[in-house]
Amino acid sequence: MGIFSSRKTKFVDSDILIIGGGFGGCGAAYEARYWARNAKIVLVEKANIERSGAVAHGLSAINCYMGMQWDENRPEDHVRYARGDLMGLVREDLVFDIARHVDATVHKFEEWGLPIMKDQKTGRYMREGRWQIMIHGESYKPIIAEAARKAASEVYNRIMVTHLLMDKARPNRVAGAVGFSVRDGNMYVFRAKAVIVGAGGASHMFRPRAIGEGMGRTWYAPWSSASAYGLLIPVGAKMTQMENRIVLARFKDGYGPVGAWFLLLKSHATNAYGEKYEPRWFDEIKAMVGKYAEITPMPTCLRNHSMLQEIKAGKGPIFMQTQHVLDTKEKEEIGWEDFLDMTVGQAVVWASQNIDPKEKPSELITSEPYVMGSHATCSGAWASGPEDCAPKDYQWGYNRMTTVEGLFGAGDTIGGSAHKFSSGSFTEGKIAGKSAVKYITDMGGNEPQVDEKEINRLKETIFKPLENYDVGRNEIVAGTVSPSYISPLQGLQRLEKIMDEYVGGISTFYMTNEPMLNRGLELLSMLKEDLDHLGAEDLHQLQRAWELHHRVWTAESVTRHTLFRQETRWPGYYYRGDHPKLDDTDWHVFTGSQYDAKTGEWHMTKLPVHHIID
Amino acid sequence: MPTFVYMTRCDGCGQCVDICPSDIMHIDKTYRRAYNIEPNFCWECYSCVKACPQHAIDVRGYADFAPLGHSVRVLREEEKGSISWKIKYRDGRVKEFTFPIRTTPWGSIQSPSDYAVPDANALGSVMLAHEPEALKVKTLPTLPPKKKV
Repeated sequence: MGIFSSRKTKFVDSDILIIGGGFGGCGAAYEARYWARNAKIVLVEKANIERSGAVAHGLSAINCYMGMQWDENRPEDHVRYARGDLMGLVREDLVFDIARHVDATVHKFEEWGLPIMKDQKTGRYMREGRWQIMIHGESYKPIIAEAARKAASEVYNRIMVTHLLMDKARPNRVAGAVGFSVRDGNMYVFRAKAVIVGAGGASHMFRPRAIGEGMGRTWYAPWSSASAYGLLIPVGAKMTQMENRIVLARFKDGYGPVGAWFLLLKSHATNAYGEKYEPRWFDEIKAMVGKYAEITPMPTCLRNHSMLQEIKAGKGPIFMQTQHVLDTKEKEEIGWEDFLDMTVGQAVVWASQNIDPKEKPSELITSEPYVMGSHATCSGAWASGPEDCAPKDYQWGYNRMTTVEGLFGAGDTIGGSAHKFSSGSFTEGKIAGKSAVKYITDMGGNEPQVDEKEINRLKETIFKPLENYDVGRNEIVAGTVSPSYISPLQGLQRLEKIMDEYVGGISTFYMTNEPMLNRGLELLSMLKEDLDHLGAEDLHQLQRAWELHHRVWTAESVTRHTLFRQETRWPGYYYRGDHPKLDDTDWHVFTGSQYDAKTGEWHMTKLPVHHIID
Repeated sequence: MPTFVYMTRCDGCGQCVDICPSDIMHIDKTYRRAYNIEPNFCWECYSCVKACPQHAIDVRGYADFAPLGHSVRVLREEEKGSISWKIKYRDGRVKEFTFPIRTTPWGSIQSPSDYAVPDANALGSVMLAHEPEALKVKTLPTLPPKKKV
């Protein structure tokens, strides 16, 4: 066991441990410090919080801002919008809670130095759409990271957190987390009174459209490796809406954003023959989803559906007609900055293919599916709601606490609260941060204890892929083909193929059914077994190995939830061929699941949808 | 458009290794300079390009869909608070843009500890830090009454 000889185990004790330094985690650190001046707050991140999470690249808009100071919107308006976009199913208490606080978050961002564009006539923030405001957001993440660094007691960068630790005495209470340093290979044991998970959702769970060098240019960051769910599911946290994956209509190959083009610049999409196609599919949509077809604006999934039907009808490619709207220098700059702030790759696609948006239209296409909790989708953990407005059965303690005691979440981690985006994720982090302070204050001396045997067991588990490689590589001359191990990339590509072909990816036009899902589960169970045989040649590959573990746990959850919901709730995100219609009689509910570590069984349940806003 | 590193410009300082969100910029053991070890996990986020003091890192569009001959170069100047882009098309056309990135000095954000300690009772309220002032409305909204059905 030579590889273990120099490996140290470092213990880091804290009052509040925050896993993931994206917008959720940064918000949690800031708010926890505000309320607990002497607490030890530790933030741990697998990359470097200066540029980590989904906003590492930057952003060109803040998509969740009410504008209450100008009477633009009320929080309840935002609940109606998010509910409509998600076809009736959101946790209205959670969405309301974020909406009523989010303006304060954005005002603070501006005070910290984030340049927000202003409407010259009104002096208000420049609106991209009803909920979106335009920013010069290249440095959005470094600005927010600066605030988080000042708030946290310690920030640990380049630590891949692999597992949550549970209390020795109380099986449903969290006690910390373990992981390893991607730089020096030491094991880290973080012991904490409360844990807030602000990790990311899942890219690279379904096969992406580009599978060569360009597979990294997914819409959602390739480092969003489903740790938000992969950490929570194995310890038995109740999850919700995991079937509610999202598919995005974006500029082809570069995945450049379309919001500013549609909403601000007033560009429009057509089929290859210049025809506006959405109205053509209305009757068909109405037959599938009934009254939901009449929601305005049309839900994201239904707009996808129209585009897909048009392509299937042989009327593609679909084009964004950019050339009619860039009539001033200012508009051209807005169009380009939209990409350069957040998706430089789209600018490269245009430069490389000689596409000048002033002269010709640009192709749009629907992406592979992603699993996340912060965009026009709401997969994640079932969480306790705000004390003053959550219905009784949405409340069992502290706001944003999961069903695991002491375990809180924010951003992509929390299910049911769609449409939070960057500002809402930070806000949800703040809510969780304050709740965690309340939790540890109430806890008194009754602190969780960690089992040493469990730590030793996890140490062996975490570093096993290095050992698998060290042993297995001697069996073969050279190369990547081994009979005893697979590389993290080989495992990832198997996962992507299974999910794509059986669980509603691009190759079936997002179609699945019960037999396909059952076959998918069968293949996933073998992949899970093979994860014990991952081979990692270095610490970087060890990080990839654990990212894959988190993705596979999440993929199984997504597949089980998709199987459980016997309807097609979001046509354009995915279709159940055996249940092709929306069914409000039986399925106006959230789906819930809980994994039981003792038996290895998954318990599926229906959870009630309460409408607290008219 | 994965990144690559020019041999003659890189001095092996490791800033790109430190910043890359995907952990794919590593130092080559033989040449002591940085390179992209996993182009297919590069999101082309430009974090490393912007961080490189030697301007040694560039990008070449993904081979699967980007024809050769383009370049998108960037200069991020923190002290000026701006970022400048030069986009060169395959056919030679050039576009240039400059945008602001920050309105305040770097490092100027106040720690939450710099604010007055909140009243201990406020920990039990639903109000967050700096509320209600930061909301710019008088009070934090509460749930509107539901109409009787």
